Amino acid sequence: MTTRTDTISPAPPRTRRDWTWVARQPLVGPLAALILAVVVFSIGSPRFLSPYNLSLIGQQSIVIGILAVAQTIVILTAGIDLSIGAIAVLGTIVMAKTVQSAGGVGALLIALVVCVAVGAINGSLASFLRLPPFIVTLGTFTAVAAASQLYAGSATYPVTDPLLTFFGQDFGIGAWRTTLGVGLLVVVYAVTFYVLNQTAGGKHVYAVGGNPTAARFTGIKINRTLLMVYIMTGVIAMIAAWAALGRIPNADPNAYQTANLDTITAVVIGGTSLFGGRGSVVGTLIGTLIVGVLRNGLTLIGVDNLYQNIATGVLVILAVAFDQIARRRTQ
Amino acid sequence: MTNSPTVVLEAKNLVKRYGSVTAINGADFELRAGEVLAVIGDNGAGKSSLIKALSGALVPDSGEIRMDGEPVRFRTTLDARHHGIETVYQDLAVIPALDIASNVFLGRELRKKGFLGTVLRQLDKPRMRAESMQHLTDLKIGVKSATQAVETLSGGQRQGVAVVRSAAFGKRVIIMDEPTAALGVRESGMVMDLIRQIRERGLPVILISHDMPHVFEVADRIHVHRLGKRTAVVDPKVRSMAEVVALMTGALEPSEEEKNGGA
Ligand SMILES: Nc1ncnc2c1ncn2[C@@H]1O[C@H](COP(=O)(O)OP(=O)(O)O)[C@@H](O)[C@H]1O
Ligand SMILES: [Mg+2]
Repeated sequence: MTTRTDTISPAPPRTRRDWTWVARQPLVGPLAALILAVVVFSIGSPRFLSPYNLSLIGQQSIVIGILAVAQTIVILTAGIDLSIGAIAVLGTIVMAKTVQSAGGVGALLIALVVCVAVGAINGSLASFLRLPPFIVTLGTFTAVAAASQLYAGSATYPVTDPLLTFFGQDFGIGAWRTTLGVGLLVVVYAVTFYVLNQTAGGKHVYAVGGNPTAARFTGIKINRTLLMVYIMTGVIAMIAAWAALGRIPNADPNAYQTANLDTITAVVIGGTSLFGGRGSVVGTLIGTLIVGVLRNGLTLIGVDNLYQNIATGVLVILAVAFDQIARRRTQ
Repeated sequence: MTNSPTVVLEAKNLVKRYGSVTAINGADFELRAGEVLAVIGDNGAGKSSLIKALSGALVPDSGEIRMDGEPVRFRTTLDARHHGIETVYQDLAVIPALDIASNVFLGRELRKKGFLGTVLRQLDKPRMRAESMQHLTDLKIGVKSATQAVETLSGGQRQGVAVVRSAAFGKRVIIMDEPTAALGVRESGMVMDLIRQIRERGLPVILISHDMPHVFEVADRIHVHRLGKRTAVVDPKVRSMAEVVALMTGALEPSEEEKNGGA
């Protein structure tokens, strides 16, 4: 049995003049960073705040943003998923290759089955066999990426089916236009937010990550909760794959190579703890926007892609450091 | 036989081995209606293991557990809970980032009525909050609101939440494994008060504690555990603290009556 010693000290007294608690609210840091980035880039580039550019940031955030939702749920259970990017890529290829024979709806269903199957494999290994999620998903990442290459025969597949590219359609008023993919992103966040905050299953996700021993003693079925979480990542990966074909109607086994790392970046920057049990999809949405704004803004002011990678890398490490420090303080 | 006390929960000859370690080595146990029974013993004597067997957190290799005289078999903590046994575990069994109401109702959440609850599975947060607050005030635990995250509470308050959870749902037996181990003096006092209040409601309490003054303060009887089994059950009005400690370490032999489970 693992014993977890949450040593406790009395809650610090909150005096009227003590405003430090504001800084301790989990979303204040990420929100401040996002606002700062927006201010800096709107000063740095007059085009930054244009409706076109804002819509572009939204569109560039769709795939990462949706996948980051799955990453958030997994990280809340104190796990990590290195494979969801690869699962989504496999999803795009399955859709593109089956659409001829199976039609749009058929292609979506086949992709859903494939993505959920991989998620269920991750979930079974991580729950019933108690294997570390890091290792399990590293394994499936490698296998799934190779499977995509084999299945695609190292070719790319342009997609023209209107259902598969559905989320590429745009909507809006006047200059303020964006794609349905951005709407899908918002819906995925809203639904996940509801599930995590308004249902017992969501509370159990926090419990399993926050204190597994306590969760077990209160009668929560830990294995079932974990399996459900990884199955959900499969569903979300399939949705991301669909959205990806809307954004770029071409299935490419070499696409979205850095997507997985970007989702972890978004989650961590958004204030969700890698130690589990603490965080929110609202934070992840902010984290996704921070990454999106940073990449877009740096491009606008003419900073090279590689420097952008350095900037996001530094940001992740800073966010993890804050998480670690905050955790030490509450112990 | 005159006036024999009602036995709520009893165990005979329990054994539990972990590899070469025998955590429970033929232990007997008896809890009577309405009493606070303290279980004391050295570190590693097997107190937690015994209590886990009684709460379904572990399954003994052999032996028998009876509730109201009927044999029972607890395979999970849920089984024990269905029999009205609730446990407050040694390591504060709360989820730090969740709010008080979510912690109190963890694993038995209330859902809204109608479409929202059955189809959308929406939690009835207002009701869970109100009921949590009611239980907290009943046990005189002062918190501002049930929406507070448990991690913002003091240690005593956190333990209070764990106690409230068991007191709210425990219909027959409340078990507490070293509930004050991580707490300061004032907060330990709070938990002792809670135990007395639970007894006043007529619920029996099993209290595992290292703190002799606390044990002598609240216990009606003391179960002394040593080397994986019960060596004596003593009456705190008959034995002194020094004698009980001597029994616990084996420096003193219990009387025949104490050996057989006390008066
Ligand atoms: N899960 C376990 N695996 C192996 N040994 C255990 C386990 N739980 C308890 N033990 C051992 O069983 C003995 C009794 O432990 P425990 O019941 O925790 O005693 P106490 O609560 O009286 O300190 C100790 O020697 C302990 O190391
Ligand atoms: Mg113990």
